[in-house]
Amino acid sequence: MKTRARTMGLKAGRTMHAGPLTYAVLSLFTAISLAPLVWTAIAASRTQGRLARTPPPLWFGGNLFKNLERAWKEASLGDAMLNTTIVAGSITLGTVLFSTIAGFAFAKLKFRFSGALLVLTIGTMMVPPQLSVVPLYLWIADLQWTNQLQAVILPTFVSAFGVFFMRQYLVQALPSELIEAARMDGASSLRIIWHVVFPAARPAMAVLGLLTFVMAWNDFLWPIIALNQSNPTVQVALNSLGTGYIPDRAVIMAGALLGTLPLLLAFILFGKQIVSGIMQGAVKG
Amino acid sequence: MSETTEYAETPLPGPSGEGGAARPATAGRASSPTTSSWRSRLYRWDTKASPYVFVAPFFLFFGAFGLFPLLYTGWASLHRLELTNLNDSTWLGLENYTNLLQSDYFWNALGNTFTIGVISTVPQLAMALGIAHLLNYKLRGSTLWRVAMLAPYATSVASASLVFTLLFAWDGGMVNWMIGSVGFDPVNWRESSWGSQFAVSSIVIWRWTGYNALIYLAAMQAVPHDLYESASLDGASRWQQFRHVTIPMLRPTILFTVVVSTIGATQLFGEPLLFGGTAGSKGGADHQFQTLGLYLYDQGWINGHLGRASAVAWLMLLILLLIAAVNLLIARRLRKDR
Repeated sequence: MKTRARTMGLKAGRTMHAGPLTYAVLSLFTAISLAPLVWTAIAASRTQGRLARTPPPLWFGGNLFKNLERAWKEASLGDAMLNTTIVAGSITLGTVLFSTIAGFAFAKLKFRFSGALLVLTIGTMMVPPQLSVVPLYLWIADLQWTNQLQAVILPTFVSAFGVFFMRQYLVQALPSELIEAARMDGASSLRIIWHVVFPAARPAMAVLGLLTFVMAWNDFLWPIIALNQSNPTVQVALNSLGTGYIPDRAVIMAGALLGTLPLLLAFILFGKQIVSGIMQGAVKG
Repeated sequence: MSETTEYAETPLPGPSGEGGAARPATAGRASSPTTSSWRSRLYRWDTKASPYVFVAPFFLFFGAFGLFPLLYTGWASLHRLELTNLNDSTWLGLENYTNLLQSDYFWNALGNTFTIGVISTVPQLAMALGIAHLLNYKLRGSTLWRVAMLAPYATSVASASLVFTLLFAWDGGMVNWMIGSVGFDPVNWRESSWGSQFAVSSIVIWRWTGYNALIYLAAMQAVPHDLYESASLDGASRWQQFRHVTIPMLRPTILFTVVVSTIGATQLFGEPLLFGGTAGSKGGADHQFQTLGLYLYDQGWINGHLGRASAVAWLMLLILLLIAAVNLLIARRLRKDR
């Protein structure tokens, strides 16, 4: 609703120019946001001995590639990155596909219990993941899936947030006349999904995909229960590193850097879309 | 839902209101009547059934991996269920719950979760509000500022926690060196109770402040411009405008972020686990920063009592429902006051 008002030329929000003080305070907060990440790289380029001494290093040393290599091989971060790419990629595909289709049904089609089902979906977004880990664990133990990637993929293959997100988008982005016109031409539901819904939903699908990928890459609780160091995701490998798997601070920092690097790259490439996605999903007042 | 239109919006034109289904039959195409009636029946079936087909895959997964485990956890919480013997469960009734309520470590974890929750959420949301206000000015390179603020959100819990653990280290840590250079004694962040809780909270604050700032910014941009104009005509200063226009208009959004942050704080797990290093699941040597999430993991997968871990999970849900009810009451009270 509100976005439409803005496109119609009604001004919302404030449009005052920022003064020097605003820039100064924003610079400070940006520095706080970025400094720990920069320092991770600095620490990863040093040695264990240097990191135990005061003052801490404030500039790069020459050990970066050696430490990255040790993290990659000895802490299995190489395998972990491949695993996490498979896991996060599958979860993203499943979430985007099923959220779009279900979100379309909730946004544009009338069917019995649709209201109740939507409320149920939103209600479970509030439930902590801790409430399902015990049965999930019993399940994968029963299926002998411990330490296998499908054990991590399937439980989060669909997302309630995704369905809600797509529904909110499609309610206003997909004109009902388009669907009706396609119906008049005798198009089947599958054709309508393919030729009408997907094209209209594409921008939101991209944003949901990015947000889901970030979430799946960073998922922590369930993977460390379901997997161990012999077949880890990035988070599992980092958890092993943090609990003394390799007691070398420089290597631990190299691991932390590797584990976040793909997401930071995605951020440099798609930061704008991720920002707009978070802002779009926010306005519900 | 008999012969009415299948769409949520405007009904279709046409004599029967059946829309396209009537069309092939009346269009006088060169097809035989049998095929066309068969086709229209198939078509009508397709229109009726398709919504269910569309939501089915989601609900199948959702039921199997979301709803069913929720109830099964309830069942498990009433049994003795050990990690060493998964096929053997003994009925206990409420014994897991009574044991928990008599355990000092459970109350300790509940208290820690509450303290860390408060000291990580309140400053975080207050700072996010301030940052959003600044980002709402006309800025050069506005997207760049926003992306930079969001970089911590892209950093995984594990990476962020490992880095902060090193920053707060006793020997050679950046934080102790900084406070030392202005004349304070070094703090043993991991061992001291308030120190460790502050350090764990700082990880949460660092990761989520920018994210919440963007959510507030989105809401601020939706505030009608003329509200500010009339306020400044009435002689309101910038601070008064922020206080009496921005904040009231943002109230629903603020409530939303409070709820989401509360849910997040209740399940806090990764940050304290990694901050604790080798004693991670205990939350430090004296359990000084063991949260409920850690306690559940420690009970279930370190000590091997899955039944008791399930009971912790259900108590967590109960606590969340209580908080939600209190939130609702406060929101209603606020609305009445206006």
